[in-house]
Amino acid sequence: MADHVNIERRRQAIYGWILLSPAAILLTAFAFYPSLATLWSSFFSRGTRRRPSEFIGGENYADLFSDPTFWKVVTNNLIYAGVTIPVSIAIALGMALWANSKIPARGFVRTAYFTPTVLPMIAAANLWLFFYTPGLGVLDQIGSLFGLPSVNWLGQPETALWAVIIVTIWKEAGFFMIFYLAALQTIPEDLKEAADIEGASRWTYTRRIVLPLLMPTTLFIMVNALINSVKLIDHLFILTKGGPNDASKLILYYIWEMAFAFFDAPHAAAMTILVLAVLGIVAGIKFSYLDKRTHYQ
Amino acid sequence: MAEPFVHVENVAKRWNGQLGVENISLSIPRGSFVALLGPSGCGKSTTLRLLSGLELPDEGRIVIDGRDVTTAAPSERNLSMVFQSYALFPHLSVAENVVFGLKVRKVGAAERREKLTRALEITGLLGYEKRKPGELSGGQRQRVALARAIVANQPLCLMDEPLSNLDAKLRASVRKDIKKLQVDLGITVVYVTHDQTEAMSMADMVVLMKDGHIQQTGAPEDLYYKPVNTFVAEFVGAPPMALIGGKALPGFEQAATIGLRAENVRVAEPGKGRLNCQVTDCEFLGSETFIGLSHPSATGLTVSMPGLKQIPAGEKMEISFADEDLHFFDDTGRRLTQPA
Repeated sequence: MADHVNIERRRQAIYGWILLSPAAILLTAFAFYPSLATLWSSFFSRGTRRRPSEFIGGENYADLFSDPTFWKVVTNNLIYAGVTIPVSIAIALGMALWANSKIPARGFVRTAYFTPTVLPMIAAANLWLFFYTPGLGVLDQIGSLFGLPSVNWLGQPETALWAVIIVTIWKEAGFFMIFYLAALQTIPEDLKEAADIEGASRWTYTRRIVLPLLMPTTLFIMVNALINSVKLIDHLFILTKGGPNDASKLILYYIWEMAFAFFDAPHAAAMTILVLAVLGIVAGIKFSYLDKRTHYQ
Repeated sequence: MAEPFVHVENVAKRWNGQLGVENISLSIPRGSFVALLGPSGCGKSTTLRLLSGLELPDEGRIVIDGRDVTTAAPSERNLSMVFQSYALFPHLSVAENVVFGLKVRKVGAAERREKLTRALEITGLLGYEKRKPGELSGGQRQRVALARAIVANQPLCLMDEPLSNLDAKLRASVRKDIKKLQVDLGITVVYVTHDQTEAMSMADMVVLMKDGHIQQTGAPEDLYYKPVNTFVAEFVGAPPMALIGGKALPGFEQAATIGLRAENVRVAEPGKGRLNCQVTDCEFLGSETFIGLSHPSATGLTVSMPGLKQIPAGEKMEISFADEDLHFFDDTGRRLTQPA
């Protein structure tokens, strides 16, 4: 009797491993191994013809921490994340609440909001050049109507990062709106009616009922916005190339520069590991802390 | 009582020219239990939503407690509502769901707690305060919806098919609970249902609707014993009233249609019956068996026999009945007081 139970159990185990293996193989080949390889290579010096690469421990990291450009880039990225995440979420929520209400031309409004998402980032950046270009750009044209002087939005350190931030928000908000719109449509109509009967104002209903019910979506969008704030750099290539004077340089752009412009792979690897660590910690906090406060239907 | 508590006058609601309800007039006395009954799509829910203010009428007037509320917002009408889906807020606990309205109306914390305890006590939900709706059974959720409706102590409570999501056994017990609650609290209840058992057993007054029009308004026994037309006759009662063509009964040719209830039909000895029928089916219900009969000029003929009866289909059966048990209708389906 015990025999056939054992065989059955083993059969189940084999079956389970077979089901797991495609995901395990793909993740290992394309995620786990590259991460570990990156970690490993970040402990080695840059190899030249004269001096081959050798193990130097945390020296690459120490270099980074003493590099003022690195800190400038980190600060830039913190500002970039700190502005794009809340602002694009707030705008997305506002647009979704509006596009979900009974307004004329609802389909058109939704499509209009979603258009920036469909555009590739490079195309979007080109489009925004048309706004920002000094003298010829739309912003300057409008400004000159009111007698304002020409502003080189992308060319001066004070405004370059903000110009880039605005493009990102414009691009992201429509995408996040779609998620909010989908979530709003899962909220049954009669909750609004029940709140109406009780005399709840529109604001009370939104704050006490809609926002809490949207929390799972908000959490999802926050994680996405966080990831985007690190990985979305395509527009930098078109708009500023990180300049002027590193004013709009973001960390991933710096990693790319380090690896493919300065050919300094070990430092790029060290920076990549730092980014991975920070992202991992933040996602961990979000899912462990906020998940407990979130109601999933 | 000089003035009815709720007064609806010639109310109509249409959607894009499509008929919602038309010509609805109702007078509901204070403290009564009114059931809006009818098949689906008859406009009973629309009528309730017009009363609640969730929809506004295109025509007519609605007066609640002496105040014209035709265009008033739902919250200005001093009423509570139980939804078919219960409409509980899924992320709030039972206690928060129940006191939601009190909080909105800025009722103080101490008073809120007191009212909450009382509402939970009445509905038997004490001890469930902290649970979320998702952690409750269907019957408990239903009671949370009830508690939310009664906690504000509004004089009028609207219920939109509150029992339709419960299983049959629970439905019977909650039916009694709701009726008792209404009597104990002395509130006026308007109750929408498509289930005539609910309407007949709970209501003081039944409003039977069809295609957006009120067919008959009256006490349950009026609808049962004096249906105003053939629709009411066929809708109310289980099994429904049989309708016989007037020409099939000698002496009653003037009436287009004659109605007859199953309990008034007797099986007659061969040669002594008034109608010759054929058995079509037997429906055993425990204490009695309904035997379905077919006759060329009648529909829905049924005879009730005590205990278990198994009669093969196709067998001949003669039936008889007393003249005073017959209901007469004219050719438009309206009730005739005299067999014309």
